[in-house]
Order: sequence, then structure tokens, then C-alpha cells
Amino acid sequence: MKKILVALLFAPLMAFASGAALHLDKWPGTVADKPALQNGAKLFVNYCLNCHGASFLRYNKLTELGLTEQQIKDNLMFTAEKIGEPMRVAARTEDQKKWFGAAPPDLTIIARARASEYGSGADWLYTYLRQFYRDDNRPTGWNNVVFENVGMPHILWELQGEQILNKDHKLELAVPGKLAPKDYDKAVSDLVGFMVWMGEPMQEQRQTIGWFVLAFLAVLCVFAYKLKKEYWKDIH
Amino acid sequence: MANTNFEKYKSDGSLQGNLLEWFDARFPATAMWKGHLSEYYAPKNFNFWYFFGSLALLVLVIQIVTGIFLVMHYKPDASLNANGVPVAFASVEYIMRDVPWGWMIRYMHSTGASAFFIVVYLHMFRGLMYGSYRKPRELTWLFGVGIFLCLMGEAFFGYLLPWGQMSFWGAQVIVNLFSAIPLIGEPLSIWLRGDFVIGDATLNRFFSFHVIAFPLVLLGLIAAHILALHETGSNNPDGVEIKAKKDEKGIPLDGIPFHPYYTVKDIVGVVVFLMAFSAIMFFSPEGGGYFLERPNFYPADPLKTPPHIAPVWYFTPYYSILRAMVWPLFGLDAKFWGVVAMGASVMIFAALPWLDKSPVKSIRYRGPIYKAFLTLFVISFFILGYLGTQSPSYWGEKISQVCSLIYFGFFLLMPWYSKVDKYRPAPDRVTK
Amino acid sequence: MSNECKVDCGRRRLVVATAAVGGVGAVAALVPFVSSMLPSERAKAAGAPVEADISKLEPGQMMTVEWRGKPVWILHRNKEMLDTLPKLADQMADPKSDKKMQPDYAKNDNRSIRPEIMVMVGICTHLGCSPSSKFKKGAEEGMAADWEGGFLCPCHGSTFDFAGRVYKAKPAPDNLEVPPHYYIADGRILIGEDKKGA
Repeated sequence: MKKILVALLFAPLMAFASGAALHLDKWPGTVADKPALQNGAKLFVNYCLNCHGASFLRYNKLTELGLTEQQIKDNLMFTAEKIGEPMRVAARTEDQKKWFGAAPPDLTIIARARASEYGSGADWLYTYLRQFYRDDNRPTGWNNVVFENVGMPHILWELQGEQILNKDHKLELAVPGKLAPKDYDKAVSDLVGFMVWMGEPMQEQRQTIGWFVLAFLAVLCVFAYKLKKEYWKDIH
Repeated sequence: MANTNFEKYKSDGSLQGNLLEWFDARFPATAMWKGHLSEYYAPKNFNFWYFFGSLALLVLVIQIVTGIFLVMHYKPDASLNANGVPVAFASVEYIMRDVPWGWMIRYMHSTGASAFFIVVYLHMFRGLMYGSYRKPRELTWLFGVGIFLCLMGEAFFGYLLPWGQMSFWGAQVIVNLFSAIPLIGEPLSIWLRGDFVIGDATLNRFFSFHVIAFPLVLLGLIAAHILALHETGSNNPDGVEIKAKKDEKGIPLDGIPFHPYYTVKDIVGVVVFLMAFSAIMFFSPEGGGYFLERPNFYPADPLKTPPHIAPVWYFTPYYSILRAMVWPLFGLDAKFWGVVAMGASVMIFAALPWLDKSPVKSIRYRGPIYKAFLTLFVISFFILGYLGTQSPSYWGEKISQVCSLIYFGFFLLMPWYSKVDKYRPAPDRVTK
Repeated sequence: MSNECKVDCGRRRLVVATAAVGGVGAVAALVPFVSSMLPSERAKAAGAPVEADISKLEPGQMMTVEWRGKPVWILHRNKEMLDTLPKLADQMADPKSDKKMQPDYAKNDNRSIRPEIMVMVGICTHLGCSPSSKFKKGAEEGMAADWEGGFLCPCHGSTFDFAGRVYKAKPAPDNLEVPPHYYIADGRILIGEDKKGA
């Protein structure tokens, strides 16, 4: 009876609550894939860091991806002098405000901010970076399916090539890029993996510790339960 | 039950014994230990629902300890740092990344906030079911309502501190509620903020409230809540007064010493609770976007409201009641009545001891009308809670109005239905 | 008594066992809280080794670099300055640098890796003031007539020579500290780290 009542009350909500749903492609990667994250870090530094900072992440944290400090200094560290410094943006914030109207957001925790009921933040980023298309009505010449009238141009167009939105509102590759579509997807997946890792670098450690804590509490639970049983023999 | 005539500790002649005797002669250590633990007689038929009081105390300790350590690293500062990020927001990420184990302490605190409300809501529901608010425990209940109000304030002030988008706009909306009060509303909200928008001044005073003022009041109220409870003795699932039947030594026949029986039982509850707590904290600290809301991963931006703002889940039932009021009345606008309805929906709990006219306390002996009303109340509370997380919609508004009616009906019709309802006489002694 | 034990011994064992397991948990739970008060990644980054370029430092000149929030002096001693060191040995509290105020590679008569380049932390070992330089001789610096040049701590009057050695019968107990450092290249010193593999 209660269940029917709840169902009746919720039915109209379900029908009306859902607005325009976002269709996101599932991000195929995992943060455990360290070589992929290293590749993602390289892409991030080369393409994203010119305009976006990752100011909560220190360069030396990248050693957790299996890189040595020397490798980081030689290949990734272009915006800092010391390995302990955060990954600051190459351009200055005030300059960017002048150039773009608004400073491009810091990307350190963007993967966490972009999560929604439609999918994880990784899914959103993975879809977003693959769904730019040519739009001459936009000042940058680019538009995006999941982020309408986006302010950012398609920074990875060299790699992906140029997509257009055809008559059926489907994306079509008009000009091929340096990478084959499959390889481009892999590159974006690596980049997204790096951003997911960067959003919470301790996420794997957190879960490992979690298993230990749960195992310990399970043991403690057995003892506590036995103790309770022992004392309550007096009562029952 | 707080018997103050306990005999003072007598030394057995050993050094340790002498020290204890010296101490006990100058401080009511024995009296406190016996009066509140080893000779505090609690009904022997406590069930699952009676875990949540001690669990609330545990969460309080977690929040205070983690809070102390977070304050060591957090900075309540709305100005922008060299990277263009507000200092307060950056200091939270600093805790998450740069402070050794800081992430764990922060997740304990953020998960603890939600856990506090889960535990307290269950604790309050237990009171509703078994009539724990009834005579002679009205004052315990009133202190409890005070704790609940204080907790809401504490949560609200704390939520601004990470200085994310949800922190900022949530505080903006709630503080603006005060501006609905006729005449004094506008100056009052400016006084609360200390600025014309939520700003650095607001952040600093909320920080002060969150770490000093409200915790102090909360601790005082909790002490009063427990002292008042131990004066009258605990209620139980049968709603029977165990003090009515005592043995020749004056010990209630259905009572057992709180220590060791309920201490060992509560330890089991604590461990099980900690397992659930750890599971959330280590594997899903964001709680599906309900414990840590996604827009709060963007720093506060006074120029851009996020597309969909909702309070944290524990405030959403009241937020729905606020939104359900859409009619102006007596020459005052709907916004004002919304604030009144929201305030009333929380404060009305305080009237409960005087609204209930039933001859029995516990739901076990109550009739179908009370059970139906309580069921409807709980269902509408959940629906209101759900609707509060959603964007406003036509049907959402209608449903929340119906649910608000049920919510208030549960309280306001109680003097009538609790009297006419059928009931079974409660037994003299507690049942198994 | 023995009868009582039959009932209670099992119970007591359980109490002890539960308390022991719970105690282990409590101690483990302390770890994150205690460790959170250690220097953070930011503090470590700020305390990271600093590089100093000494190629332009002329003999007789001194430069100051900041390392872990403290002034580190790099003094290019000229011949005259170096000559004062053996002369002053008998006025020094610890002329042979026997106390551990320097890395082993700086435990020599000049307290330095290269004789002319002196690296030291410019914080008085008495109560933490920063001494001022009194490089000229005697009255020219407002010092006693037999002053050979060195440093004077303005707080309590401790005096040090050009190797940071403290004079006898002064408040400061020890010579100035020599931080870990090494030459990355000819004109560049890294302060805050010993040479790797050395």
C-alpha cells in the first residue's frame, strides 16, 4: 500500500523533472593506467596549460605517475622554476581577462565539478573534447554539442581534424586531422584520465586505506558483538 | 535518576586508593559515575532505534576533533590569491592536497555533517514513535529541539566556509530570506552580511559562529539534554514508566545499569556505524553529489549563479515548504509567508508535548489513525526533501503544497486525532 | 573465589581483547591527526634547496640568499680575511669546529668546501638574531682596537670571525651553522642539499 502511494506521488515528478537530457559517452579509461596518465599529462601541459592553470597541483606530485623529477623538469615543467611549485598558467590572469572577457577557469578539480546526474565528470570531459564542430556564427569559429556557445576554441583540432554538424544534427568529420579517429579518442581518454587523477590525486590511496579500515572494523565488530552477548547473558 | 546521595569513595589503604579518596572528597567523581552510568537504570527493552542518541554524541566528537585540525590550515579569506582563486577556496584544496592526511580529516568532517543529520533525524523519529516527548520528558524534548536548531545554524555557517559556488549562493538565498520580514528585513540582512553582498565580512563572521559561538551553545544544550533525561529516566519502546515498579532496594524492576549493559551494546552500534561511515568516506565521499555538491568545486563567483541551486539535502524538506507558499496573505507577500511557514515547520516540533492527547505514549499501543498520520508525515517529509533538490516545476509546486499540508496536519490535528483514536492499554511492565 | 573466576575469566578475557583491538584502532586513528601537523607540501616546497649564482661575487663581498625563511650568507673571502683565521684560533670557543655545526665536508680550518667561499646561516646561535657585518678592522667599525673583522650580533653582543666561529666568553654557545650545500657547477651553489652520492 505504502509503495503504491509513493509510486503514485513520484510518477508525475519523474515525468516533469527531467529537462533536456545530456547524452554523454562513457569515458573508457581508468586512473590506474599510469602510462596513459603520463601521456595525458604531456597533452595537458602542451595544450591546456597555455590558458588554464592547474594551480592546486604541484609538479613534483607527477612523480606519482611514475615519472622521475628529472623527466618532469625536462619534459613538462615550462611554467615554473622549482619542482615543488604548482602548475600555474603560462599567461597572467589579468591579461586573459582582457583577451577573453573572462579568465579561463582553473582545471585542477574540473573533473569533479563537471559530474552530474547524466554522468561522471570524466564522461562529460571525454564527450566535450570530442564534440567540437565548425560554426561560422561563433567568434572563435567553433561550437560544441555538449557545451553550447562555448567560449573556448577547439584547441585539439590539429589532432582531431574539423567536424561539422550535418542536416540530421549528427557530427561528421569534414577534414581529417593528424590522428585517426580511434587514436584521437585514445588521446582524449588519456587527457581526461590525467584530469580525473589531478582532481583527487589521492583517490586510489583513499580506497586502499578504506579497505584496511573496513577490514579492521569488521574484526572489532566481532569482538564487540561477542562482548555484548557475554554481558547480556545476565539479562536474558 | 540522578541520585546525589552516593557514598563517597573509601580507600582500602593503598596509595591509589588514598589518591582516589582525596579526589572524590573534593569532586563528585563517584556520584557522577554512578548517577549517570553504573547506577543509572535504563529500561532493559531498548531496541535498534535507541542507538542514535549515543551515535549523535560520537558524531559530535568526530566533528569537533576534525574541526580543530581543519582550523589549523583553513583561511577564511575571500580575496583572490596570485592564481586568481579565492584564498578560502584554495585553503580547502591545500588541506586536500598539501597537508599530510588533510584529505582524510576534511572528508571525515564533510561526511560527518551529513551523518549528523541522518543520526539526528532517526533519533527524532524514535521520539515520535515512542512518545518520548510526553510528560515527564517535555524539557528533554525542548532541549533537543534547541539542539536541532543550533545544528542547522552550525551546518549553514559551516557550508559557506569552502567558498565554492554552492556555499556562496546558498548563503545568499538564505540570508535574503530575512529581508522578507516587513520593515526591518532589508537592514537586518545587510547587518547579517556586513556587506551588500555575501563577502569577506560575511565569511569571517560565519567562520567565527561556526567554530566558536554555535559549538559552545551546542555543547551546553547537549549537557542540558542529557541531564534532563537522566533526571526523569529514559523512555522505552513500550512507553512504560519503569520507575513505577521498583524492588525493595528502590531499583526499577525493568531497569538495568546503563554501564556495562548499554555501554557494551552501544559499542556494537558505534562499530557498525563507523563501518557505514567509512564506506561513504573512503569510497564515495561526495555522497553522489549530495554530501559534497558538485557546483562547490567551482570557486565562489558573485557574478554567475549556477544553473541549479539547491540546499544541502538535510535542509531540502524545509526549503520545499518555503517554496510551496505562493500566495500573498493579509497584505504581506508570499515570500514573507514562505519564510514564516519554513520557520514554523521547524519550530512546531517544540509544541509536540502539548499537542498529543493520547492516553498511551508508544506507537505499539496506538490506534490506526495515529499510525496513518505518522506514515503520511514521514512520506511527505521524504517527498518534500526530494522536491527541494529539484528545480521548481508546476507539479512539484502542487505536490509540495499537498505535502506541506500533511506535514502541518500531522501536528495541528494531533489534539483531535490523538484523542479520538483507538488504543490498547499499555502494560504495567515492559515487554520483551 | 575460584567459582567467581569461572564466570568472570571468560568475560575479562573478552574485555581485554576488545579493548586491545579498539586501542590499536584508536592509535591508528591518531596517525592522520598527528601527521597533519607536520610540514605540508607547500612548506616543503618553500624549504626546497635554493640555487645561488656566485660567479659575480667579488672577493671581499658577501651576498644573502633566503633558504627556509632564513638568511644564508655567501662570503667571498679575500686573502686578508683568510689570513685572520689562524691568528684568531686561540680566541675562539671552538676553533677546530668540533661541534656538529657544519657538514663533514666543511669541517676544516676554513669551514668551507672552497677555501675562499664561506657559506653559513646568518642566525646567531644564541637567541636567533641576525648578526651584522663588521668587516673592517678595529675602530673603523666602532669595535675594539684589536678587532680583526667579522660579525657582531646586535642583540647580545656575540662576535664571530670570517669563518663564523664564535669568540670565547660570548653569549652564543656555538659557531654559526653551515648549511648543507654543494657546487653544481663552477659559479653555482645549491644550498639545502648535500651532493648526491657524496
